Amino acid sequence: MKLPETIRAAFVIARRDFSATVLSKTFLFFLLGPLFPIALGFAFGGIGAQVEKNAKPPHVAVIASAEDYALLNAARTRLSPLADDRPLVELRRAAPEGNLAAQRDRLLKSEEEPALGVLDGGIDAPRFTGAVTADGRTVRQLGMYIDEARRMQVQPDLAPGQPMGVTLTKSSSGSVAFARELTARLGQTILFVLTILLAGMLLSQLIEEKSNKVIEVLAAAVPVDAIFLGKLFAMLAMSLVGITVWAACGAAAIAIWTKGGLGGMPPPAVGWPAFLALVLIYFSMSYLLIGATFLGIGAQASTVREVQTLSMPVTMAQVVLFGFASLGVGKPMSPEAIGAAVFPLSSPFAMIGRAAEQSALWPHLLALVWQILWVALILKAASAIFRRSVLKSGPSRRWPWQRKKAV
Amino acid sequence: MGERVIAAEASDLTKDFDGKRAVDGVSLTVPEGSITGILGPNGAGKTTTIRMLLGIIDPTSGSRSLLGHERPLEVAREVGYLPEERGLYPSMPAAEAIAFMGALRGLPIKEGRRRALDLLKESGHQDWAKRPIRTLSKGMAQTVQLLGTIVHRPRLIVLDEPFSGLDAINQEKLEQLIRDQSAAGVTVIFSTHVIAHAERLCERVAIIAEGRAAFEGAVDEARGRLRPIVHLRTRADDGPWRDALPDSAKLVGGEWRFELPRTGPEPLLKALIDGGAGIETLSIERPGLHDAFIAIAGEAAAREMGHVPSAEEAA
Repeated sequence: MKLPETIRAAFVIARRDFSATVLSKTFLFFLLGPLFPIALGFAFGGIGAQVEKNAKPPHVAVIASAEDYALLNAARTRLSPLADDRPLVELRRAAPEGNLAAQRDRLLKSEEEPALGVLDGGIDAPRFTGAVTADGRTVRQLGMYIDEARRMQVQPDLAPGQPMGVTLTKSSSGSVAFARELTARLGQTILFVLTILLAGMLLSQLIEEKSNKVIEVLAAAVPVDAIFLGKLFAMLAMSLVGITVWAACGAAAIAIWTKGGLGGMPPPAVGWPAFLALVLIYFSMSYLLIGATFLGIGAQASTVREVQTLSMPVTMAQVVLFGFASLGVGKPMSPEAIGAAVFPLSSPFAMIGRAAEQSALWPHLLALVWQILWVALILKAASAIFRRSVLKSGPSRRWPWQRKKAV
Repeated sequence: MGERVIAAEASDLTKDFDGKRAVDGVSLTVPEGSITGILGPNGAGKTTTIRMLLGIIDPTSGSRSLLGHERPLEVAREVGYLPEERGLYPSMPAAEAIAFMGALRGLPIKEGRRRALDLLKESGHQDWAKRPIRTLSKGMAQTVQLLGTIVHRPRLIVLDEPFSGLDAINQEKLEQLIRDQSAAGVTVIFSTHVIAHAERLCERVAIIAEGRAAFEGAVDEARGRLRPIVHLRTRADDGPWRDALPDSAKLVGGEWRFELPRTGPEPLLKALIDGGAGIETLSIERPGLHDAFIAIAGEAAAREMGHVPSAEEAA
């Protein structure tokens, strides 16, 4: 059958699949899909913040004189700007009692005021006892408190010097590099998650088709290549509708919650318009590559359970490829980055990372040609497998140990 | 066959599945405009033969041609196919399903929708048009699929077990539809394991048993393989007339039954009269297709198809 006829037949199948999906009530759930993780994120974030707010952070009990404790606490206050996410280790004074060992032991076992450890010996001969890591955060911070307290003890009247002058610029090479790396990683992650999600949906559709027995009607009327192509493109069109909606919502959210909207964010190396276009293009390529592979797998399976069993190793392999592609982020000319760009299944991820970090456009043209070639190859192989395994067509291929059983 | 154009042809088709031979050297010739039945018990290889003929699967060996093309998908637009395992999208409205099947075979979707409504109206089912397939009964869905098979006005229709799952009224409607299509010049091939349908409809039959084509030709030719059966009742129990009966003649319930001798009815009648048989009744019965089927495919195959010969027939 000629190529135009295959394309025509693929279009008929794609149109049916697309309208059946997009016009169904379940498509609304698909569109609302990203809201669930976001809502969950907010919910868990809120719960976490509440828990953190309500929880009493464990402290270090300090058996010291009032003067020593005041110095240590002042040192802690002075160092506190260094702490961003987690506050510095808190201190709580315990007035020295007669038996130091017994007091230390009691404080360590106190259930009313749980302590990470006990610091005694004052500033001159400090000694920490507690269940922490020897070179961990608590010990390191206590060390800094003591150093600072000693300095403050020696120079109690040290006047603060001239405050640092601050001039803010819109960007710097470092901030741009950081932002681009972040954009590259974000782009790769979005691509990966969407591709895996949609390829899985595609597989479910094929299985449904097989269980509906519609596949026989299709296979009698059009080439298997057209069936695969139609299904792939229908799902691609459907997902592009979803992405357009999500992107519009995302852009609106960025415009509302960030200064200057998308334009105010550091642009990727190729610029925002080209980058967004490349996200769509590489998403399409990644989806086609993985979708075609999944269709090949779907051809082997007749039930959803079989599909899950067969697709699991491929999904895991895809995670590895995603990891491989992310190795090149931040160093686009490294062998890892180039290797990931050349390997077909990781190529879209690697290339979207490159688009964020490198301004040249010609490698994208090259990569797209390469990826299209592989889509065609994988589709061809998948449809051949489908014909052989589902339609039982063509010569049966058996492994050597199976051949003996042949009658 | 004369000068008739061949619509479909299979030559020595063979198909192996996992080393097991499912179809073994089936040959078939279907003249254009004819109604051809593929007969055989379940598992005989009818569906596999049809699927090879339509290009859904490739044969292990042998060749086929459909409307003059060796690659059947090239003429898919001119072929309609109703598979044995009916398949429709459950959420699709009936008219849309018919139009979609037409679109698969090259009919523009708008034209397909228009024709779908016409076909539903003609068959008295216009109220099904907007109903999703899942709300239709099995028989109704089968009718919808059948209409989808002809919506693009094909030159050749292939129906795999089209009568199964239909009640008597719908079977009659389907028979009429097949006749109408044939009258319009459409070639019809259908498989069945119910010989009565083939007997009423077919000009030609292929009898397939255990993957092999036991017979392929005109229905009359199949019947012609059997001699007509003579049913004779006489007043005389014995006499010289008995010499006119062949050795294979059997007396069943006071009636003699035997194959009509090759010399024909006249010498037989003369011998009976001259021999003093005293003929009470004499009838010559032309063998039916199921008799021919039993003779060709064997009693085992006939039994699988539900045509178990009665004790009388066996005698």
